[in-house]
Amino acid sequence: MMKDFATVWSERGLLLSGLGNTVLLSLLAALAGLALGALLSTLLMSPKRALAVPAKVFVDAARCTPFLLFAYIVYYGLPSLGLQFDAWSAGLLALTIYHSAYMAEILRAAWVTQPRAPIEAGLAFGYSGFGLFRRVVLPPLALSSAPVLGNQVIQIIKDSAFLTIITLPELTNAVNSIQSRHFIPFAAFVTAVLLYWALCLVVEAGVSAVGRLADARR
Amino acid sequence: MSLADVLTIFHGALTTLLLSVAGIALGLPLGLGLALLRWGKVPLLNPAVAGYVSLLRATPLVTLVLLLFFALPSAGISLGPVTAGLLALTLNTAAFNCEVWRAALLDLPKDQIEAAQSVGMGRALRFRRIVLPQIARTALPGLINEMSLLIKLTPVLAVVGVVDITRAAVRIGAQTYEPLPPFLVALAIYVPIVFALVSVQRWVERRMARREAAA
Repeated sequence: MMKDFATVWSERGLLLSGLGNTVLLSLLAALAGLALGALLSTLLMSPKRALAVPAKVFVDAARCTPFLLFAYIVYYGLPSLGLQFDAWSAGLLALTIYHSAYMAEILRAAWVTQPRAPIEAGLAFGYSGFGLFRRVVLPPLALSSAPVLGNQVIQIIKDSAFLTIITLPELTNAVNSIQSRHFIPFAAFVTAVLLYWALCLVVEAGVSAVGRLADARR
Repeated sequence: MSLADVLTIFHGALTTLLLSVAGIALGLPLGLGLALLRWGKVPLLNPAVAGYVSLLRATPLVTLVLLLFFALPSAGISLGPVTAGLLALTLNTAAFNCEVWRAALLDLPKDQIEAAQSVGMGRALRFRRIVLPQIARTALPGLINEMSLLIKLTPVLAVVGVVDITRAAVRIGAQTYEPLPPFLVALAIYVPIVFALVSVQRWVERRMARREAAA
């Protein structure tokens, strides 16, 4: 058994590049997904039905779609419409668009429970449109929904493992090639599981740091 | 894409549904059992369950399925793709259900139990008559949410070769060189199923909110 883990260690270059891809992919998808989700949440909250209804249809549809099927559609389905991506861009695109719907719903849910007074005050001070959203609406929203957004980031990390199916060389893909090369499935996949666990613990530590910040501001 | 192809995808839908139902049916009581071990602060098992839940919540299902599918046979336990997939789904959903049940248990007022004790109810009767009916009600929205998450995770079975909706669609796409139509048929099956569950969850939440407002 220890010999198997030693073999995994001897392939640490491959393992690290897989881990690097998983981290980079999740980070980019989380940031882009949050930005897109914030934009979508303003559409969801819009009093104009022509903006709110399409946004709601998209968010609900994404929340009812399995991520693997969505990734398949982006990578294998869209080329027949003339949109061709390499595995990396397709994976990043699929992760970002899919999770922006979840981010939007999280922000919307937090938004409806926000007190109305600061927004009125912001309006009275002459803020409007995007300035109002960025300076008055978003900061308390981001702080109060931080734990749920953290869970969503963990979900992004876990969904990125699906992208091994579209040949993206992330962590699960790396350990799968290590196990097939050396026939050490247990050691290889357990290593991956422990690395995913470590990533999620880092995210949780980050969330509780934001939580302390939010308490300090209160 | 022919009618026969559409029927193949619907046949896959049957597999998806059967495995989802089996995963839910196994995961619900298992999650409750794990939650009770934590609630009762059973020595050794309490931290073990906490570790299990933390680990499983962080493990991607694809990685778990591949681990079970490849590693168990090399440990002398032979299992097919369906068993490996169902085992992975159950282990995963039990961890999430455990947290939902545990939250409901922590939410249960202590005086309920003390009142049951004072009228002389034994441990098993107390659980069956007092604890379970109340936590089942509080846990219901969370449990339904977990069911829709489970259905959205079932395409992972396609990775190890179970012919579910997703695998059937991939196969037809590969045969006809037109992957988009079968994927859209697959989407048209998944979305209503998950949407129905999400709607039930919202309805239950609204009902509970109304009941709380009335009380």
